[in-house]
Amino acid sequence: MNERSAFQSIMIYFGALLILIWSAGPFLWQFSTSFQHDKALTEGTPSLIPDPFTLEHYYNAFVEKGLHHYVLNSLVVSLATTALCLIVGSLAAFALSRLDVKGRFGILMVILSVSMFPQIALVGPLYLIASDLGLLDTYRALIITYLALGLPLVTWVLFGYFETLPREIDEAARIDGVGVIGLLWHIILPMSLPSLVTTGLLAFITAWNEFLFALAFTSDRDSQTIPVGIANFTNQYYVPWGDIAAASAVVTVPLIVLVLFFQRHIIEGLTQGGIKE
Amino acid sequence: MSLGSVSFYPIVNGVYLSFTNRSLITQDNDFVGIANYLQLSADPSFWNAWWHTIWFTTASTGLETLIGLVMALILCEAFSGRGIVRAAMLVPWAMPTVVTSKMFGWLFDGQHGIINFILLHAGLIDQNVNWYGAPETALTTIILADVWKTTPFMALLLLTGLQTVPKSLIEAARVDGARAWTIFWNIRLPLLLPTLLIAGLFRALDAFRVFDLVYVLTGGGPADSTETLSTLSYKILFSTLQFGYGSAVSTAMFMTEGVIALVFCLFLVRQLRKTT
Repeated sequence: MNERSAFQSIMIYFGALLILIWSAGPFLWQFSTSFQHDKALTEGTPSLIPDPFTLEHYYNAFVEKGLHHYVLNSLVVSLATTALCLIVGSLAAFALSRLDVKGRFGILMVILSVSMFPQIALVGPLYLIASDLGLLDTYRALIITYLALGLPLVTWVLFGYFETLPREIDEAARIDGVGVIGLLWHIILPMSLPSLVTTGLLAFITAWNEFLFALAFTSDRDSQTIPVGIANFTNQYYVPWGDIAAASAVVTVPLIVLVLFFQRHIIEGLTQGGIKE
Repeated sequence: MSLGSVSFYPIVNGVYLSFTNRSLITQDNDFVGIANYLQLSADPSFWNAWWHTIWFTTASTGLETLIGLVMALILCEAFSGRGIVRAAMLVPWAMPTVVTSKMFGWLFDGQHGIINFILLHAGLIDQNVNWYGAPETALTTIILADVWKTTPFMALLLLTGLQTVPKSLIEAARVDGARAWTIFWNIRLPLLLPTLLIAGLFRALDAFRVFDLVYVLTGGGPADSTETLSTLSYKILFSTLQFGYGSAVSTAMFMTEGVIALVFCLFLVRQLRKTT
Protein backbone atom coordinates (compact mmCIF):
# COMPACT_ATOMS: atom_id res chain seq x y z
CA MET A 1 0.00 0.00 0.00
CA ASN A 2 1.32 3.36 -0.96
CA GLU A 3 1.39 6.06 1.63
CA ARG A 4 -0.86 8.94 0.79
CA SER A 5 -0.16 12.37 2.09
CA ALA A 6 -2.64 13.69 4.63
CA PHE A 7 -3.78 16.25 2.09
CA GLN A 8 -4.55 13.55 -0.50
CA SER A 9 -6.49 11.49 2.03
CA ILE A 10 -8.58 14.48 3.04
CA MET A 11 -9.32 15.27 -0.60
CA ILE A 12 -10.42 11.70 -1.26
CA TYR A 13 -12.77 11.60 1.73
CA PHE A 14 -14.10 15.03 0.86
CA GLY A 15 -14.72 13.86 -2.71
CA ALA A 16 -16.43 10.71 -1.50
CA LEU A 17 -18.67 12.76 0.77
CA LEU A 18 -19.62 15.03 -2.14
CA ILE A 19 -20.50 12.00 -4.28
CA LEU A 20 -22.65 10.62 -1.47
CA ILE A 21 -24.55 13.90 -0.99
CA TRP A 22 -24.91 14.39 -4.73
CA SER A 23 -26.31 10.88 -5.32
CA ALA A 24 -28.53 10.40 -2.30
CA GLY A 25 -29.35 13.97 -1.25
CA PRO A 26 -32.08 14.85 -3.75
CA PHE A 27 -33.84 11.57 -3.15
CA LEU A 28 -33.72 11.98 0.63
CA TRP A 29 -35.20 15.45 0.25
CA GLN A 30 -37.99 14.07 -1.95
CA PHE A 31 -38.60 11.25 0.54
CA SER A 32 -38.82 13.71 3.43
CA THR A 33 -41.18 15.91 1.40
CA SER A 34 -43.64 13.02 1.17
CA PHE A 35 -44.10 13.07 4.98
CA GLN A 36 -44.53 16.83 5.41
CA HIS A 37 -47.72 18.86 5.51
CA ASP A 38 -48.33 21.17 2.57
CA LYS A 39 -48.07 24.05 5.00
CA ALA A 40 -44.56 23.01 6.06
CA LEU A 41 -43.54 22.73 2.40
CA THR A 42 -44.44 26.31 1.62
CA GLU A 43 -42.97 27.76 4.80
CA GLY A 44 -39.99 30.06 4.83
CA THR A 45 -37.58 27.61 6.42
CA PRO A 46 -37.56 24.13 4.91
CA SER A 47 -36.58 21.24 7.15
CA LEU A 48 -35.32 17.79 6.28
CA ILE A 49 -36.97 16.19 9.30
CA PRO A 50 -40.77 16.07 8.83
CA ASP A 51 -42.35 17.89 11.75
CA PRO A 52 -45.19 17.18 12.19
CA PHE A 53 -45.02 13.82 10.46
CA THR A 54 -47.98 13.04 8.18
CA LEU A 55 -49.17 10.30 5.86
CA GLU A 56 -51.82 12.46 4.18
CA HIS A 57 -49.95 12.51 0.87
CA TYR A 58 -49.90 8.73 0.76
CA TYR A 59 -53.62 8.74 1.49
CA ASN A 60 -54.19 11.25 -1.34
CA ALA A 61 -52.03 9.31 -3.78
CA PHE A 62 -53.87 6.04 -3.24
CA VAL A 63 -57.42 7.09 -2.42
CA GLU A 64 -57.86 10.18 -4.58
CA LYS A 65 -55.49 9.46 -7.43
CA GLY A 66 -55.84 5.66 -7.53
CA LEU A 67 -52.11 4.97 -7.38
CA HIS A 68 -52.76 1.26 -6.77
CA HIS A 69 -54.27 0.89 -10.25
CA TYR A 70 -51.02 2.10 -11.79
CA VAL A 71 -48.94 -0.02 -9.43
CA LEU A 72 -50.91 -3.10 -10.42
CA ASN A 73 -50.56 -2.34 -14.15
CA SER A 74 -46.84 -1.78 -13.78
CA LEU A 75 -46.41 -4.97 -11.79
CA VAL A 76 -48.24 -7.12 -14.35
CA VAL A 77 -46.43 -5.58 -17.31
CA SER A 78 -42.98 -5.64 -15.68
CA LEU A 79 -43.23 -9.17 -14.30
CA ALA A 80 -44.52 -10.57 -17.60
CA THR A 81 -41.76 -8.73 -19.46
CA THR A 82 -39.14 -10.10 -17.07
CA ALA A 83 -40.37 -13.67 -17.41
CA LEU A 84 -40.53 -13.51 -21.20
CA CYS A 85 -37.15 -11.79 -21.46
CA LEU A 86 -35.55 -14.53 -19.38
CA ILE A 87 -37.20 -17.34 -21.35
CA VAL A 88 -36.52 -15.96 -24.82
CA GLY A 89 -33.15 -14.48 -23.84
CA SER A 90 -31.81 -17.66 -22.29
CA LEU A 91 -32.98 -19.75 -25.25
CA ALA A 92 -31.32 -17.32 -27.66
CA ALA A 93 -28.12 -17.07 -25.63
CA PHE A 94 -28.01 -20.85 -25.24
CA ALA A 95 -28.47 -21.40 -28.97
CA LEU A 96 -25.78 -18.86 -29.82
CA SER A 97 -23.38 -20.24 -27.26
CA ARG A 98 -23.88 -24.01 -27.53
CA LEU A 99 -25.56 -24.89 -30.80
CA ASP A 100 -23.80 -24.69 -34.12
CA VAL A 101 -25.44 -21.49 -35.31
CA LYS A 102 -24.04 -20.01 -38.50
CA GLY A 103 -22.87 -16.39 -38.32
CA ARG A 104 -23.45 -16.12 -34.61
CA PHE A 105 -21.16 -13.13 -34.24
CA GLY A 106 -23.19 -11.29 -36.88
CA ILE A 107 -26.41 -12.16 -35.06
CA LEU A 108 -24.98 -10.82 -31.80
CA MET A 109 -24.02 -7.55 -33.49
CA VAL A 110 -27.50 -7.21 -34.97
CA ILE A 111 -29.05 -7.80 -31.55
CA LEU A 112 -26.81 -5.12 -30.10
CA SER A 113 -27.58 -2.64 -32.87
CA VAL A 114 -31.27 -2.95 -32.06
CA SER A 115 -30.67 -1.36 -28.68
CA MET A 116 -29.26 1.70 -30.45
CA PHE A 117 -32.46 2.56 -32.31
CA PRO A 118 -34.02 5.80 -31.14
CA GLN A 119 -37.31 4.84 -29.57
CA ILE A 120 -39.10 7.87 -30.91
CA ALA A 121 -38.54 6.45 -34.41
CA LEU A 122 -40.27 3.22 -33.37
CA VAL A 123 -43.21 4.66 -31.49
CA GLY A 124 -45.14 6.01 -34.52
CA PRO A 125 -45.10 2.86 -36.66
CA LEU A 126 -45.66 0.63 -33.62
CA TYR A 127 -48.63 2.74 -32.60
CA LEU A 128 -50.20 2.17 -36.03
CA ILE A 129 -49.57 -1.57 -35.78
CA ALA A 130 -50.97 -1.77 -32.24
CA SER A 131 -53.97 0.25 -33.34
CA ASP A 132 -54.61 -2.03 -36.34
CA LEU A 133 -54.37 -5.10 -34.13
CA GLY A 134 -56.62 -3.56 -31.50
CA LEU A 135 -53.86 -3.69 -28.88
CA LEU A 136 -54.04 -0.10 -27.64
CA ASP A 137 -54.85 0.17 -23.93
CA THR A 138 -53.80 -3.44 -23.35
CA TYR A 139 -50.97 -4.92 -21.34
CA ARG A 140 -49.96 -6.98 -24.36
CA ALA A 141 -48.84 -4.01 -26.48
CA LEU A 142 -46.52 -2.86 -23.70
CA ILE A 143 -45.20 -6.33 -22.88
CA ILE A 144 -44.32 -7.06 -26.51
CA THR A 145 -42.55 -3.71 -26.85
CA TYR A 146 -40.65 -4.01 -23.58
CA LEU A 147 -39.61 -7.52 -24.50
CA ALA A 148 -37.87 -6.07 -27.54
CA LEU A 149 -36.29 -3.32 -25.45
CA GLY A 150 -35.02 -5.68 -22.77
CA LEU A 151 -33.88 -8.62 -24.89
CA PRO A 152 -30.62 -7.21 -26.32
CA LEU A 153 -29.07 -6.68 -22.89
CA VAL A 154 -30.45 -9.93 -21.46
CA THR A 155 -29.21 -11.97 -24.42
CA TRP A 156 -25.78 -10.31 -24.38
CA VAL A 157 -25.15 -10.74 -20.68
CA LEU A 158 -26.46 -14.32 -20.60
CA PHE A 159 -24.42 -15.17 -23.69
CA GLY A 160 -21.31 -13.82 -22.00
CA TYR A 161 -22.08 -15.86 -18.90
CA PHE A 162 -22.85 -19.12 -20.74
CA GLU A 163 -19.55 -18.76 -22.58
CA THR A 164 -17.68 -18.88 -19.29
CA LEU A 165 -19.24 -22.25 -18.35
CA PRO A 166 -16.84 -25.06 -19.29
CA ARG A 167 -17.76 -27.22 -22.31
CA GLU A 168 -16.72 -30.38 -20.48
CA ILE A 169 -20.03 -30.19 -18.65
CA ASP A 170 -21.89 -30.40 -21.96
CA GLU A 171 -19.99 -33.50 -22.95
CA ALA A 172 -20.49 -35.18 -19.58
CA ALA A 173 -24.22 -34.45 -19.81
CA ARG A 174 -24.39 -35.82 -23.33
CA ILE A 175 -22.70 -39.04 -22.27
CA ASP A 176 -25.29 -39.34 -19.50
CA GLY A 177 -27.97 -39.10 -22.19
CA VAL A 178 -29.24 -35.59 -21.47
CA GLY A 179 -30.86 -33.89 -24.47
CA VAL A 180 -30.27 -30.33 -25.65
CA ILE A 181 -33.18 -28.81 -23.72
CA GLY A 182 -32.28 -30.93 -20.71
CA LEU A 183 -28.78 -29.52 -20.83
CA LEU A 184 -30.15 -25.98 -20.72
CA TRP A 185 -32.83 -26.65 -18.12
CA HIS A 186 -31.08 -28.99 -15.72
CA ILE A 187 -27.48 -27.88 -15.99
CA ILE A 188 -26.79 -24.49 -17.60
CA LEU A 189 -29.65 -22.51 -16.05
CA PRO A 190 -29.12 -23.66 -12.45
CA MET A 191 -25.44 -22.80 -12.80
CA SER A 192 -26.30 -19.34 -14.17
CA LEU A 193 -28.62 -18.31 -11.38
CA PRO A 194 -26.70 -15.14 -10.37
CA SER A 195 -26.64 -13.95 -13.95
CA LEU A 196 -30.34 -14.73 -14.42
CA VAL A 197 -31.21 -12.71 -11.32
CA THR A 198 -29.21 -9.71 -12.54
CA THR A 199 -30.55 -9.70 -16.08
CA GLY A 200 -34.08 -10.33 -14.81
CA LEU A 201 -33.75 -7.35 -12.52
CA LEU A 202 -32.45 -5.18 -15.35
CA ALA A 203 -35.36 -6.21 -17.58
CA PHE A 204 -37.76 -5.49 -14.73
CA ILE A 205 -36.30 -2.02 -14.13
CA THR A 206 -36.42 -1.20 -17.85
CA ALA A 207 -40.11 -2.10 -18.01
CA TRP A 208 -40.95 -0.46 -14.68
CA ASN A 209 -39.33 2.85 -15.66
CA GLU A 210 -40.34 3.10 -19.33
CA PHE A 211 -42.39 6.14 -20.23
CA LEU A 212 -42.60 6.94 -23.95
CA PHE A 213 -44.39 3.81 -25.18
CA ALA A 214 -46.65 3.65 -22.14
CA LEU A 215 -47.63 7.26 -22.77
CA ALA A 216 -48.41 6.62 -26.43
CA PHE A 217 -50.13 3.22 -26.14
CA THR A 218 -52.35 3.69 -23.11
CA SER A 219 -55.00 6.24 -22.25
CA ASP A 220 -56.84 5.13 -19.10
CA ARG A 221 -55.89 4.11 -15.62
CA ASP A 222 -56.80 0.48 -16.27
CA SER A 223 -53.76 0.15 -18.49
CA GLN A 224 -51.44 3.09 -17.74
CA THR A 225 -48.25 2.34 -15.86
CA ILE A 226 -46.80 4.23 -12.92
CA PRO A 227 -44.55 6.68 -14.81
CA VAL A 228 -47.50 7.85 -16.87
CA GLY A 229 -49.67 8.00 -13.77
CA ILE A 230 -47.14 10.16 -11.94
CA ALA A 231 -46.59 12.39 -14.97
CA ASN A 232 -50.35 13.10 -14.95
CA PHE A 233 -50.55 13.86 -11.23
CA THR A 234 -50.21 17.58 -11.76
CA ASN A 235 -53.57 19.24 -11.96
CA GLN A 236 -54.24 22.33 -13.91
CA TYR A 237 -54.15 24.85 -11.11
CA TYR A 238 -51.44 23.77 -8.72
CA VAL A 239 -48.73 21.16 -8.43
CA PRO A 240 -49.36 18.74 -5.53
CA TRP A 241 -45.66 18.31 -4.68
CA GLY A 242 -46.40 16.31 -1.54
CA ASP A 243 -48.61 13.79 -3.34
CA ILE A 244 -46.08 13.47 -6.14
CA ALA A 245 -43.33 12.87 -3.59
CA ALA A 246 -45.42 10.15 -1.93
CA ALA A 247 -46.12 8.41 -5.24
CA SER A 248 -42.44 8.72 -6.14
CA ALA A 249 -41.45 7.09 -2.88
CA VAL A 250 -43.89 4.23 -3.49
CA VAL A 251 -42.40 3.42 -6.89
CA THR A 252 -38.76 4.14 -6.06
CA VAL A 253 -38.13 2.75 -2.60
CA PRO A 254 -38.76 -0.93 -3.48
CA LEU A 255 -36.55 -0.49 -6.52
CA ILE A 256 -33.74 1.08 -4.51
CA VAL A 257 -33.93 -1.69 -1.92
CA LEU A 258 -33.70 -4.32 -4.69
CA VAL A 259 -30.84 -2.49 -6.38
CA LEU A 260 -28.85 -2.05 -3.20
CA PHE A 261 -29.40 -5.69 -2.34
CA PHE A 262 -28.14 -6.91 -5.70
CA GLN A 263 -25.72 -4.06 -6.36
CA ARG A 264 -22.59 -6.15 -6.82
CA HIS A 265 -24.27 -8.30 -9.46
CA ILE A 266 -25.84 -5.32 -11.16
CA ILE A 267 -22.58 -3.44 -11.51
CA GLU A 268 -20.98 -6.52 -13.03
CA GLY A 269 -23.93 -7.18 -15.33
CA LEU A 270 -24.14 -3.61 -16.52
CA THR A 271 -20.49 -3.22 -17.23
CA GLN A 272 -20.45 -6.51 -19.11
CA GLY A 273 -23.38 -5.54 -21.26
CA GLY A 274 -22.34 -1.96 -21.69
CA ILE A 275 -18.70 -2.00 -22.43
CA LYS A 276 -17.04 -5.32 -23.03
CA GLU A 277 -18.28 -6.20 -26.49
CA MET B 1 -38.23 -12.91 -34.55
CA SER B 2 -39.65 -10.74 -31.86
CA LEU B 3 -36.71 -8.37 -32.17
CA GLY B 4 -37.17 -8.25 -35.91
CA SER B 5 -40.87 -7.51 -35.86
CA VAL B 6 -40.77 -5.00 -33.02
CA SER B 7 -37.61 -3.16 -34.02
CA PHE B 8 -36.57 -3.58 -37.63
CA TYR B 9 -39.96 -3.62 -39.27
CA PRO B 10 -41.09 -0.38 -37.59
CA ILE B 11 -37.87 1.36 -38.61
CA VAL B 12 -38.38 0.42 -42.25
CA ASN B 13 -42.03 1.28 -41.93
CA GLY B 14 -41.14 4.61 -40.30
CA VAL B 15 -38.84 5.53 -43.19
CA TYR B 16 -41.62 4.63 -45.60
CA LEU B 17 -44.16 6.68 -43.63
CA SER B 18 -41.87 9.70 -43.90
CA PHE B 19 -42.48 9.70 -47.67
CA THR B 20 -46.26 9.78 -47.24
CA ASN B 21 -48.78 12.33 -46.03
CA ARG B 22 -50.35 9.82 -43.62
CA SER B 23 -52.58 11.59 -41.17
CA LEU B 24 -55.00 10.09 -38.70
CA ILE B 25 -57.22 13.15 -38.90
CA THR B 26 -57.67 13.71 -42.64
CA GLN B 27 -57.22 9.96 -43.34
CA ASP B 28 -54.73 10.89 -46.12
CA ASN B 29 -52.28 8.15 -46.99
CA ASP B 30 -50.52 8.99 -50.26
CA PHE B 31 -46.93 8.76 -51.39
CA VAL B 32 -45.56 12.30 -51.55
CA GLY B 33 -41.85 11.73 -52.22
CA ILE B 34 -39.50 14.07 -50.38
CA ALA B 35 -42.15 16.69 -49.72
CA ASN B 36 -41.96 16.15 -45.95
CA TYR B 37 -38.20 16.60 -45.97
CA LEU B 38 -38.48 19.82 -47.98
CA GLN B 39 -41.02 21.09 -45.47
CA LEU B 40 -38.73 20.00 -42.65
CA SER B 41 -35.69 21.83 -43.97
CA ALA B 42 -37.70 25.06 -44.05
CA ASP B 43 -39.37 24.52 -40.68
CA PRO B 44 -37.92 26.84 -38.00
CA SER B 45 -39.38 24.71 -35.18
CA PHE B 46 -37.44 21.72 -36.49
CA TRP B 47 -34.13 23.63 -36.51
CA ASN B 48 -34.93 25.09 -33.11
CA ALA B 49 -35.38 21.57 -31.72
CA TRP B 50 -32.33 20.32 -33.63
CA TRP B 51 -30.05 22.92 -32.03
CA HIS B 52 -31.43 22.28 -28.57
CA THR B 53 -30.85 18.57 -29.01
CA ILE B 54 -27.28 19.06 -30.20
CA TRP B 55 -26.57 21.45 -27.32
CA PHE B 56 -28.19 19.14 -24.78
CA THR B 57 -26.21 16.15 -26.09
CA THR B 58 -22.89 17.98 -26.14
CA ALA B 59 -23.28 19.63 -22.75
CA SER B 60 -24.64 16.63 -20.88
CA THR B 61 -22.26 14.07 -22.41
CA GLY B 62 -19.30 16.40 -21.82
CA LEU B 63 -20.21 17.15 -18.22
CA GLU B 64 -21.09 13.54 -17.44
CA THR B 65 -17.81 12.28 -18.84
CA LEU B 66 -15.79 14.88 -16.96
CA ILE B 67 -17.54 14.54 -13.60
CA GLY B 68 -17.82 10.77 -14.07
CA LEU B 69 -14.07 10.58 -14.58
CA VAL B 70 -13.39 12.53 -11.39
CA MET B 71 -15.79 10.28 -9.48
CA ALA B 72 -14.16 7.17 -10.93
CA LEU B 73 -10.70 8.40 -9.94
CA ILE B 74 -11.89 8.95 -6.37
CA LEU B 75 -13.59 5.53 -6.20
CA CYS B 76 -10.47 3.94 -7.60
CA GLU B 77 -8.65 4.76 -4.37
CA ALA B 78 -9.04 2.47 -1.38
CA PHE B 79 -10.87 4.13 1.53
CA SER B 80 -13.27 2.92 4.16
CA GLY B 81 -16.90 3.33 3.14
CA ARG B 82 -16.15 2.93 -0.56
CA GLY B 83 -18.83 0.24 -0.88
CA ILE B 84 -21.50 2.58 0.48
CA VAL B 85 -20.56 5.34 -1.94
CA ARG B 86 -20.57 2.91 -4.86
CA ALA B 87 -23.99 1.62 -3.85
CA ALA B 88 -25.40 5.13 -3.36
CA MET B 89 -24.36 5.95 -6.90
CA LEU B 90 -26.91 3.44 -8.20
CA VAL B 91 -29.80 5.37 -6.64
CA PRO B 92 -30.15 7.98 -9.41
CA TRP B 93 -29.73 5.30 -12.04
CA ALA B 94 -32.49 3.07 -10.63
CA MET B 95 -35.06 5.85 -10.38
CA PRO B 96 -37.65 6.14 -13.14
CA THR B 97 -36.78 9.21 -15.23
CA VAL B 98 -40.29 10.53 -14.70
CA VAL B 99 -39.68 10.49 -10.95
CA THR B 100 -36.32 12.23 -11.45
CA SER B 101 -38.09 14.88 -13.49
CA LYS B 102 -40.75 15.50 -10.88
CA MET B 103 -38.10 15.55 -8.18
CA PHE B 104 -36.08 18.21 -10.00
CA GLY B 105 -39.26 20.13 -10.63
CA TRP B 106 -39.71 20.30 -6.86
CA LEU B 107 -36.05 20.99 -6.02
CA PHE B 108 -35.96 23.86 -8.53
CA ASP B 109 -39.50 25.07 -7.89
CA GLY B 110 -39.63 28.82 -8.44
CA GLN B 111 -41.38 29.64 -5.17
CA HIS B 112 -40.66 26.97 -2.59
CA GLY B 113 -37.78 25.01 -4.09
CA ILE B 114 -34.91 24.09 -1.82
CA ILE B 115 -32.34 25.20 -4.43
CA ASN B 116 -33.67 28.75 -4.40
CA PHE B 117 -33.67 28.66 -0.59
CA ILE B 118 -30.04 27.53 -0.43
CA LEU B 119 -28.77 29.94 -3.08
CA LEU B 120 -30.71 32.80 -1.52
CA HIS B 121 -29.23 32.16 1.91
CA ALA B 122 -25.76 31.66 0.53
CA GLY B 123 -26.14 35.09 -1.05
CA LEU B 124 -25.63 33.77 -4.58
CA ILE B 125 -28.96 35.11 -5.83
CA ASP B 126 -30.96 38.00 -4.42
CA GLN B 127 -34.42 36.80 -5.37
CA ASN B 128 -36.10 33.51 -6.26
CA VAL B 129 -35.35 32.26 -9.77
CA ASN B 130 -38.10 30.62 -11.80
CA TRP B 131 -35.72 27.94 -13.12
CA TYR B 132 -38.04 25.87 -15.29
CA GLY B 133 -40.39 28.73 -16.08
CA ALA B 134 -37.88 31.05 -17.71
CA PRO B 135 -36.51 30.46 -21.23
CA GLU B 136 -32.98 31.50 -20.16
CA THR B 137 -32.59 28.85 -17.45
CA ALA B 138 -34.97 26.04 -18.43
CA LEU B 139 -32.68 24.05 -20.74
CA THR B 140 -29.68 24.41 -18.43
CA THR B 141 -31.71 23.08 -15.52
CA ILE B 142 -32.87 20.11 -17.59
CA ILE B 143 -29.24 19.38 -18.48
CA LEU B 144 -28.45 19.45 -14.77
CA ALA B 145 -31.17 16.89 -14.07
CA ASP B 146 -29.75 14.64 -16.76
CA VAL B 147 -26.23 15.03 -15.37
CA TRP B 148 -27.49 14.06 -11.92
CA LYS B 149 -29.24 10.98 -13.21
CA THR B 150 -26.54 9.59 -15.47
CA THR B 151 -23.13 10.69 -14.20
CA PRO B 152 -22.96 7.92 -11.56
CA PHE B 153 -23.50 5.30 -14.20
CA MET B 154 -20.77 6.87 -16.32
CA ALA B 155 -18.48 6.79 -13.27
CA LEU B 156 -19.12 3.06 -12.84
CA LEU B 157 -18.26 2.34 -16.46
CA LEU B 158 -15.08 4.39 -16.21
CA LEU B 159 -14.22 2.76 -12.90
CA THR B 160 -14.20 -0.68 -14.53
CA GLY B 161 -12.01 0.79 -17.26
CA LEU B 162 -9.61 2.25 -14.71
CA GLN B 163 -9.36 -1.04 -12.88
CA THR B 164 -8.00 -2.75 -15.98
CA VAL B 165 -4.98 -0.43 -15.99
CA PRO B 166 -2.16 -2.68 -14.73
CA LYS B 167 -1.18 -1.80 -11.16
CA SER B 168 2.46 -2.68 -11.87
CA LEU B 169 2.65 0.15 -14.41
CA ILE B 170 1.48 2.67 -11.83
CA GLU B 171 3.75 1.24 -9.12
CA ALA B 172 6.75 1.46 -11.42
CA ALA B 173 5.98 5.09 -12.24
CA ARG B 174 5.62 5.87 -8.54
CA VAL B 175 8.96 4.30 -7.77
CA ASP B 176 10.45 6.51 -10.47
CA GLY B 177 9.05 9.45 -8.54
CA ALA B 178 6.21 10.35 -10.89
CA ARG B 179 3.53 12.60 -9.45
CA ALA B 180 -0.15 11.68 -9.33
CA TRP B 181 -0.88 14.12 -12.13
CA THR B 182 1.84 12.69 -14.38
CA ILE B 183 0.59 9.16 -13.75
CA PHE B 184 -2.92 10.19 -14.65
CA TRP B 185 -1.94 12.10 -17.76
CA ASN B 186 0.66 9.68 -19.15
CA ILE B 187 -0.56 6.26 -18.04
CA ARG B 188 -4.17 6.15 -16.95
CA LEU B 189 -5.76 8.51 -19.44
CA PRO B 190 -4.24 7.00 -22.60
CA LEU B 191 -5.20 3.49 -21.49
CA LEU B 192 -8.67 4.65 -20.53
CA LEU B 193 -9.30 6.44 -23.82
CA PRO B 194 -11.08 3.56 -25.63
CA THR B 195 -13.40 3.10 -22.65
CA LEU B 196 -14.00 6.84 -22.54
CA LEU B 197 -14.91 6.90 -26.21
CA ILE B 198 -17.28 3.94 -26.02
CA ALA B 199 -18.96 5.19 -22.85
CA GLY B 200 -19.18 8.65 -24.43
CA LEU B 201 -20.78 7.20 -27.54
CA PHE B 202 -23.40 5.34 -25.53
CA ARG B 203 -24.14 8.46 -23.52
CA ALA B 204 -24.28 10.73 -26.55
CA LEU B 205 -26.71 8.44 -28.39
CA ASP B 206 -28.82 8.21 -25.27
CA ALA B 207 -28.77 11.94 -24.57
CA PHE B 208 -29.67 12.67 -28.17
CA ARG B 209 -33.03 10.96 -27.77
CA VAL B 210 -33.90 12.70 -24.49
CA PHE B 211 -37.65 12.62 -24.02
CA ASP B 212 -38.97 11.87 -20.52
CA LEU B 213 -37.06 14.65 -18.76
CA VAL B 214 -38.14 17.37 -21.16
CA TYR B 215 -41.68 16.13 -21.61
CA VAL B 216 -42.38 15.95 -17.89
CA LEU B 217 -40.37 18.97 -16.69
CA THR B 218 -41.32 21.61 -19.24
CA GLY B 219 -43.19 19.93 -22.09
CA GLY B 220 -40.82 21.76 -24.45
CA GLY B 221 -41.61 25.22 -23.10
CA PRO B 222 -41.42 27.96 -22.05
CA ALA B 223 -41.68 29.50 -25.52
CA ASP B 224 -40.18 26.35 -27.13
CA SER B 225 -36.91 27.01 -25.31
CA THR B 226 -36.49 23.35 -24.34
CA GLU B 227 -38.08 21.66 -27.35
CA THR B 228 -35.95 18.73 -28.52
CA LEU B 229 -36.27 16.46 -31.54
CA SER B 230 -37.96 13.70 -29.54
CA THR B 231 -40.56 15.95 -27.95
CA LEU B 232 -41.22 17.77 -31.23
CA SER B 233 -41.58 14.47 -33.03
CA TYR B 234 -43.91 13.13 -30.34
CA LYS B 235 -46.11 16.21 -30.54
CA ILE B 236 -46.39 16.06 -34.33
CA LEU B 237 -47.21 12.34 -34.12
CA PHE B 238 -49.64 12.31 -31.23
CA SER B 239 -51.04 15.83 -30.94
CA THR B 240 -51.56 16.71 -34.59
CA LEU B 241 -51.64 13.02 -35.66
CA GLN B 242 -49.55 13.80 -38.78
CA PHE B 243 -47.77 10.47 -38.95
CA GLY B 244 -46.09 11.21 -42.29
CA TYR B 245 -44.45 14.45 -41.21
CA GLY B 246 -43.73 13.17 -37.69
CA SER B 247 -41.95 10.17 -39.19
CA ALA B 248 -39.82 12.51 -41.29
CA VAL B 249 -38.68 14.25 -38.09
CA SER B 250 -37.82 10.98 -36.36
CA THR B 251 -36.08 9.61 -39.47
CA ALA B 252 -33.98 12.77 -39.74
CA MET B 253 -33.14 12.26 -36.08
CA PHE B 254 -32.14 8.67 -36.71
CA MET B 255 -29.81 9.86 -39.50
CA THR B 256 -28.13 12.38 -37.21
CA GLU B 257 -27.60 9.63 -34.66
CA GLY B 258 -25.94 7.53 -37.32
CA VAL B 259 -23.53 10.41 -38.03
CA ILE B 260 -22.72 10.78 -34.31
CA ALA B 261 -22.03 7.05 -34.04
CA LEU B 262 -19.82 7.20 -37.15
CA VAL B 263 -17.73 10.08 -35.81
CA PHE B 264 -17.15 8.26 -32.51
CA CYS B 265 -16.25 5.04 -34.32
CA LEU B 266 -13.70 6.85 -36.49
CA PHE B 267 -12.07 8.29 -33.36
CA LEU B 268 -12.14 4.88 -31.73
CA VAL B 269 -10.54 3.10 -34.66
CA ARG B 270 -7.83 5.79 -34.92
CA GLN B 271 -7.18 5.49 -31.21
CA LEU B 272 -6.98 1.72 -31.27
CA ARG B 273 -4.55 1.90 -34.19
CA LYS B 274 -2.37 4.29 -32.23
CA THR B 275 -2.21 2.14 -29.12
CA THR B 276 -1.59 -1.21 -30.82
